[in-house]
Amino acid sequence: MPANDALHLDRLRIGDLDAVSLTLAPGEILCLSGTSGSGKSRLLRAVADLEPHDGEAWLGGTAQSSVAGHQWRARVMLVPAESHWWADTVGEHLADARPADLVALGFTPEVLDWQVSRLSSGEQQRLALVRALSREPSALLLDEPTANLDDATTRRVESWLKARIRERGWPVIWVAHDPAQIARVADHHRHIVGHRLVKEVGEWA
Amino acid sequence: MGVIDLAWWQLALAAMMVVALAGCTVLARLEMGRSLLVAAARTVIQLSLVGLVLEALFSSARLYWVALMALGMLLIAGREVMARQKRRLIGGWAFGIGTLAMFLSSFTVTVLTLTVIIGPDPWYRPQYAIPLLGMMLGNTMTGVALALDRLTDTAWRQRAVIENRLMLGQGWQEAIGDIRREAMRSGMMPMINAMAAAGVVSLPGMMTGQMLAGSSPALAVKYQILVMFTITLGTGFGTLAAVAAGSRRLFDGRERLRLDRLSPPR
Repeated sequence: MPANDALHLDRLRIGDLDAVSLTLAPGEILCLSGTSGSGKSRLLRAVADLEPHDGEAWLGGTAQSSVAGHQWRARVMLVPAESHWWADTVGEHLADARPADLVALGFTPEVLDWQVSRLSSGEQQRLALVRALSREPSALLLDEPTANLDDATTRRVESWLKARIRERGWPVIWVAHDPAQIARVADHHRHIVGHRLVKEVGEWA
Repeated sequence: MGVIDLAWWQLALAAMMVVALAGCTVLARLEMGRSLLVAAARTVIQLSLVGLVLEALFSSARLYWVALMALGMLLIAGREVMARQKRRLIGGWAFGIGTLAMFLSSFTVTVLTLTVIIGPDPWYRPQYAIPLLGMMLGNTMTGVALALDRLTDTAWRQRAVIENRLMLGQGWQEAIGDIRREAMRSGMMPMINAMAAAGVVSLPGMMTGQMLAGSSPALAVKYQILVMFTITLGTGFGTLAAVAAGSRRLFDGRERLRLDRLSPPR
């Protein structure tokens, strides 16, 4: 069932960035780029309410400050660039994974029995995406979701993510570096210059 | 059976043997002589002073003097708990949480033991109250200090894991659940080990002391069991309270992990 809630940032301010206001319709992907240290990840952490910040975020009619922190983060889910695992096997982290998602990313359902310590960084990154999506969020914040992947796998993850995002109607903020990837997935693109988010217009706009 | 009196010159014989040991370590270049002598001197001075205080306390036996002594012991224990933590909560929370946890558990269990179980007259009779509280506080202090140290240090080292769990929508209690269990375990382990080894590996100090003072082994054993149970109760509830309050303090009202509330390691 599509979520159909828009994600709206209202004068959200963290770190050195100026206040950020923007609205993302359901199913829209906003790509965010900028040099390292420009505050992309911290902005995502503020949207997920992991760090103290000014301003407000809205998901549909729900304000960030009106629900408990864990309820907000369960709906507006941040997938960090580097994933972390706490139990021994993969299956303990993603009990509700759809087998179709595992297959789409090149795994067999046996992956659930694998030891986390045996996973490569690329496998960890893909399984972290499955782990987040299996928790049925309403919006996604992706921090360089293909950073540790080769080109072919990157394409595979991109098309799977796009299909799932369109199907479920999640508004998405996607931090990316590669201009080609941004051209492939973005509905909108903002680039961080100094303290501001600048609208970038390309052929996809 | 009376107690054999111990004269100061007899103690001096034991002291001379400690000095001889220190001399041997110096000759063997083990560099322990100095700290050994300082520690031995501290034992003599601290125990003599506390002996004087206890003599005065036992002869007056007023409730407010006993309460003042208890308060002093509690504050020193609270300071010790704080000093034993590598990364402590800032803003007085390390001292506050440790002291409050020890107060709630040690004092409650001691007063209950005195009034309901042992029943001296009056219930605060210092010969019973002060040694009992001292044993409670000493052990509770160790448990609370170990647990808080483990809690804050592990949370620091596993911050990325905790935050990733928060990102997946887990509540703060679930996100730090494993670390809380570990902290609780390290606080309780010394007491569980002591109970398991009691009488088989070691003869507990209090029981030994009572028998030296002329009690029958049967009575000494009963007191020792009582004391071990009350110490376990005090340590357990104290550690429980400290871990609960300490882990809550690591998160703010929005359930964010706030490691900026920990001081840098010393």
